[in-house]
Amino acid sequence: MTYNPMSRRNFLGLAAGAAGAAALAACGSDGPESSGGGSTSGGGGGGASYWSLSGPPGEPVRKAAIKRFNDANPNAKIEEFYYQNDAYKQKIKTSLGANQGPTMIWGWGGGGLKEYVAANQVEDLTDWFGQNAAVKDKILPSSFGAATVNGKIYAMPIETVQPIVLFYNKKVFDRVGVQPPKSWGEIMALVPKFNDAKVAPFSLAGQSRWTNMMWLEFLLDRTAGSEVFDRVFAGEKDAWSDPAVLDMLTKIQDLVKANGFQKGFSSTAADSNADQALLYTGRAAMMLHGSWSYGIQTAQGGNFVKDGGLGWMNFPPVEGGKGDPSNTVGNPGQYLSISSKASAEAKETAKKFFSTTLVDDAEKENWVKSGGVPVLKNSDSLFQGADAQFLKDMAAIANGAKTFAQSWDQALSPTAAETLLDNIAKLFQLQVSPQQWVDAMNGVIGK
Amino acid sequence: MALPAFVWFVLFGIVPLLGVVALSFTTWNGIGEIVPSGLTSWKATLQDPGLPHALWVTFLIMALSWAVQTPMSILLGVFLATSKRYREFLAVLYFIPLLLSSAAIAITYKALLDPSFGLGSGLGVEWLNQDWLGNGTLAMGVLIFIVSWQFIPFHTLIYQGAVRQIPTSMYEASQIDGAGRVRQFFSITLPQLKYTIITSSTLMVVGSLTFFDLIYVLTAGGPGDATRALALLMYQQGFQANLMGPASAIAVILVLVGLGLSLLLRRLGGRGNESQLEGA
Repeated sequence: MTYNPMSRRNFLGLAAGAAGAAALAACGSDGPESSGGGSTSGGGGGGASYWSLSGPPGEPVRKAAIKRFNDANPNAKIEEFYYQNDAYKQKIKTSLGANQGPTMIWGWGGGGLKEYVAANQVEDLTDWFGQNAAVKDKILPSSFGAATVNGKIYAMPIETVQPIVLFYNKKVFDRVGVQPPKSWGEIMALVPKFNDAKVAPFSLAGQSRWTNMMWLEFLLDRTAGSEVFDRVFAGEKDAWSDPAVLDMLTKIQDLVKANGFQKGFSSTAADSNADQALLYTGRAAMMLHGSWSYGIQTAQGGNFVKDGGLGWMNFPPVEGGKGDPSNTVGNPGQYLSISSKASAEAKETAKKFFSTTLVDDAEKENWVKSGGVPVLKNSDSLFQGADAQFLKDMAAIANGAKTFAQSWDQALSPTAAETLLDNIAKLFQLQVSPQQWVDAMNGVIGK
Repeated sequence: MALPAFVWFVLFGIVPLLGVVALSFTTWNGIGEIVPSGLTSWKATLQDPGLPHALWVTFLIMALSWAVQTPMSILLGVFLATSKRYREFLAVLYFIPLLLSSAAIAITYKALLDPSFGLGSGLGVEWLNQDWLGNGTLAMGVLIFIVSWQFIPFHTLIYQGAVRQIPTSMYEASQIDGAGRVRQFFSITLPQLKYTIITSSTLMVVGSLTFFDLIYVLTAGGPGDATRALALLMYQQGFQANLMGPASAIAVILVLVGLGLSLLLRRLGGRGNESQLEGA
């Protein structure tokens, strides 16, 4: 038999390669099983679909809201789906690209929302809010910033205001015999003391990357104020080349080198709440995290919060820094947009959900009970019981902040955010120097 | 007869492949308009320092997992080929890891290797409390270990079958000539397994190109970019950075590398049709 250059086996080899590529291409493009019926097309009777994040403290409150709405509107039900944080971010993008998205798109506003707007994926709600001034009036005005693109409102601020705060385990501080830090210098002085006591100074879910980013956000703000990142956000050329950025990055690497974070922090993921567990089990002394962490500590930490084990404070100032110590970073709210691809009935259902359930008293109460400060006005009177002090403090931080900056990865476009997160992970891994970090980040400004 | 397979292959193999090639010449963020942009995506991809790094990581995973799996699989396959009851029982045990999904395996190992809450601290064995997934070198080692643990059973099965195909007359003849077990292994078993080794190696090499789920769940390509193989780079570019054009270019590179490697391996095996059993 003569050798045939395109034999069957070669052909099969090609088939294997191509099938592998096809399998990879399929990754992440699959919507939930029922998306065909329950999503944009609407399952008859004006049904709408809603995707959001799973896990405490948010998921139970979200479920309760949908249930209230569905009980009151038996003819126009909302179908709900919940995903883990990291998985959701990718799922929603691919689903929208394939026109398989939900009626209501849950998000963080900012750069991600801007991209949806550019692709005509979300409804312009400016007129609707104009006609429903009563609804708009119930929501904190400051939370509309991240919902606004080019002067138009594309999302409704919902759920809670979430500043990032420094949590600490009071029991560990008592055991080691030290006081909570009041400055960056005191933080660095505490690190060896906790390490000597075999306690990790800080808990950090480094694999999730946005967790590491919170450190950069605060350190840059405290050393140079909010202006440096504002310039990056505005797309100014070489905006990262500020001496304060190099200073901030060096400080972070110093903290890593001093074993400031628990062993193996790069392999800890936030979605499993392992970072939270380190704090409430007393294996770590402190943790920089979003205010929603309070709800997780309460739900999963046993009696830790109830017994007064959890302490919190705004991030302390840096010696000689120019930033206002009242400034904070985080999520000025969560956001719900309406898909422009949804049917008219589904849009109506969503708008009804917006104007009734999402601004009612039960919604406000449930978010307060979950340990969050609602984006709805006049919730201070609800701050009672065991969580009152925390809620008051969070409201004070959120309302008293001279600048409440949005988290960087949410403010920037997904492309720039990915480079940012990638370089932040390498920074914490000591794979890049501060200067290399700055050069890499300057390369994606405005993208 | 071959028609259904051919239609399936065209529909799910060729058509997506052409789609990916077409996408690699466009700019698309996954949501908005697809804009043709010539070679922009290819230039961006080929200039990205992440690409050579990802190729190196992919090659490392391929080479190391092959080097660990092949000898182990051959030895286990030869061991299990003999019909003895306890060996058949062991064969069933060895097979278990293959039944588990990669994601489940990754989640389990991640939990076991957690320096704070994992096996080490649970059993109080200080030695196990390494920074397994937070240190680049260790993370690569862990990855190779898990891949081998998962796939050695499969390749063992292939070798077990192949060893059973070797005619006993060969062994009997060599015994008469006075060959010992080691001599038999190297002079009869290994040469007879030549084509099986090529098949198994092709599966390992091409398969290792597409490792995604395991790495994604275990390390997400980290720490830093220490385990970011080609498939992960593609995913990161496409679905995290919303750069579908460069992601498609990486996918095309992945297909080309896979094709090249399987052709190369075939060539290494010789192209003749000579019988292995001549004289047997």
